[in-house]
Amino acid sequence: MAADTHETRTANRGDLVFQRLIVVGAVVMVVLLAAIALELTRESRLSLSASGVRFLGSTAWDPVKELFGGLPFIYGTLVSSFLALLVAVPVSLGVAIFLVELAPSWLRGPVGFMVELLAALPSVVYGLWGIFVLVPWLRGGVEPALARSLGFLPFFSGPSQGFGMLAGGLVLSIMILPTIASVSREVLRAVPNWLREGALALGTTRWEMIRGTVLPFARSGIIGAVILGLGRALGETMAVTMVIGNRPKIAASLFAPGYTMASVIANEYTEATGDLHLSALAEIGLLLFAVTLALNALARLLVWRVSRVAVQGSRR
Amino acid sequence: MMKATESFVPTAEKGRVVTIAERESAILPAEKIRSVDLRASFGATEVLKGITLPILERQVTAIIGPSGCGKSTFVRCLNRMHETAHRATVAGRVLLDGRDIYRAGIDPVAIRRRVGMVFQKPNPFPTMSIAENVLAGLSLTGERIPHRMELVEKALRQAALWDEVKDILPRSGASLSGGQQQRLCIARALALDPEVLLMDEPCSALDPIATARIEELIHELGDHVTIVIVTHNMQQAGRVADHTAFLYMGELVEYGPTDRVFTRPAEQRTEDYITGRFG
Repeated sequence: MAADTHETRTANRGDLVFQRLIVVGAVVMVVLLAAIALELTRESRLSLSASGVRFLGSTAWDPVKELFGGLPFIYGTLVSSFLALLVAVPVSLGVAIFLVELAPSWLRGPVGFMVELLAALPSVVYGLWGIFVLVPWLRGGVEPALARSLGFLPFFSGPSQGFGMLAGGLVLSIMILPTIASVSREVLRAVPNWLREGALALGTTRWEMIRGTVLPFARSGIIGAVILGLGRALGETMAVTMVIGNRPKIAASLFAPGYTMASVIANEYTEATGDLHLSALAEIGLLLFAVTLALNALARLLVWRVSRVAVQGSRR
Repeated sequence: MMKATESFVPTAEKGRVVTIAERESAILPAEKIRSVDLRASFGATEVLKGITLPILERQVTAIIGPSGCGKSTFVRCLNRMHETAHRATVAGRVLLDGRDIYRAGIDPVAIRRRVGMVFQKPNPFPTMSIAENVLAGLSLTGERIPHRMELVEKALRQAALWDEVKDILPRSGASLSGGQQQRLCIARALALDPEVLLMDEPCSALDPIATARIEELIHELGDHVTIVIVTHNMQQAGRVADHTAFLYMGELVEYGPTDRVFTRPAEQRTEDYITGRFG
């Protein structure tokens, strides 16, 4: 700070205050994140020392007998999220491609807005919709039909229960759709126009141009969008808790109830009495934290890569 | 305007010794393309105001004019690329071998196959290798390519790039220099064996040496392919083009054999432009 005269000092005071403020803000963010990680680790120390790595592989979850295994929840989170991706990725990519490449310009705004509106709905609303609409529909129509036609596959066997992994996955898919669609839309928008013109001038159809040049160019950005959606699916709690059935068992059938990491924390934390129980829940929280953090970092990296390539390309 | 268009057969030059080049261009080759009262707009702004212009077969035709005169738009109308831009519309006709490419039921995709295009900024596909770039027109449309390497070599030789890239064909097209990238784009267009090649200021992003190579290439290609080149560089038009059209404010001011347009322009505005008084 070279404040050699009174004049410069007063002129810089506003800047200085502002700078200090934003530095404090930035530091608080980092400290907060570190504090959460630290606290979760501290809370789960008991469980970590009691079961160690076995926690990840054990399927027994019985608070009464003080048996705590995390596998059913890990399984439930991964399967429901994967199911959500399976449904949401093709649909949201379609939406993004439509909005950027095909839709007439008067339609782009309204449709884009509605997609983003989906993201703004509180998840408890999705949960209610799941209970009142999706679950009865699955139990009464979809699941019996799937069992009849594809029942030889273990995923579609067993009684139709409505509340279960399939319902959880489908609700999740609708919830992550706007995330994937709007990030992919931004990624596709960043694809430079000379790429499209180059392909069209070679006599490609619009679809050939999109598939052969635009999508390959945007690939890593789209992967980033998908991972952001996955991150949301992994952590989503309320809507999934309302429809997934909440039973800590691993079943091959998607019709059977399951449980996710986020759901078990939400359901059991307030009623947990034993220290070990609390600690086990904290360990699940820690696990979830680590997974989502890693996935988000990966997504950032991929999105950053595609935008950097786009900038390089347009400089040529 | 129409008067200027029709003056491409040098009639006002009786008694003058006609050079061999002029006699050759007087025995005019067939018309490959003719635009008839071609109008093009972006939204409400009309950028081409009724252009009627012949493009002769296996000749190089240069379109010159100051920035914003509509010369890029004009060539983009010849392969129906103009309409891919936002709010772009076209009226009038473009006859390719006498048949209007804007008539109902014509697939622009098929037209773009016959009329290739090279852009101002070299735009090889960055996700593809050099060889893949050459074959892109075929592979993107899902065509079977029986003799891949032969085709790659032929197109790259035609584009005078083969010797420089034959050992690095699997490398990304984006790894080449600007001039090489532009020749790669020319090879990519030539691989489809187009009847016409449109070049929209193909050298404006290149250094003088790369420019000279492209001009040389245009000269060679002009014997086999009909070429239309947009340029703001009049020396370039003089060097490469058999015929030159001067566009100004969306209108055709003058068209004729290049040396006549440059030495004895019929219109005052042409003379003002080529002598550097405006534009």
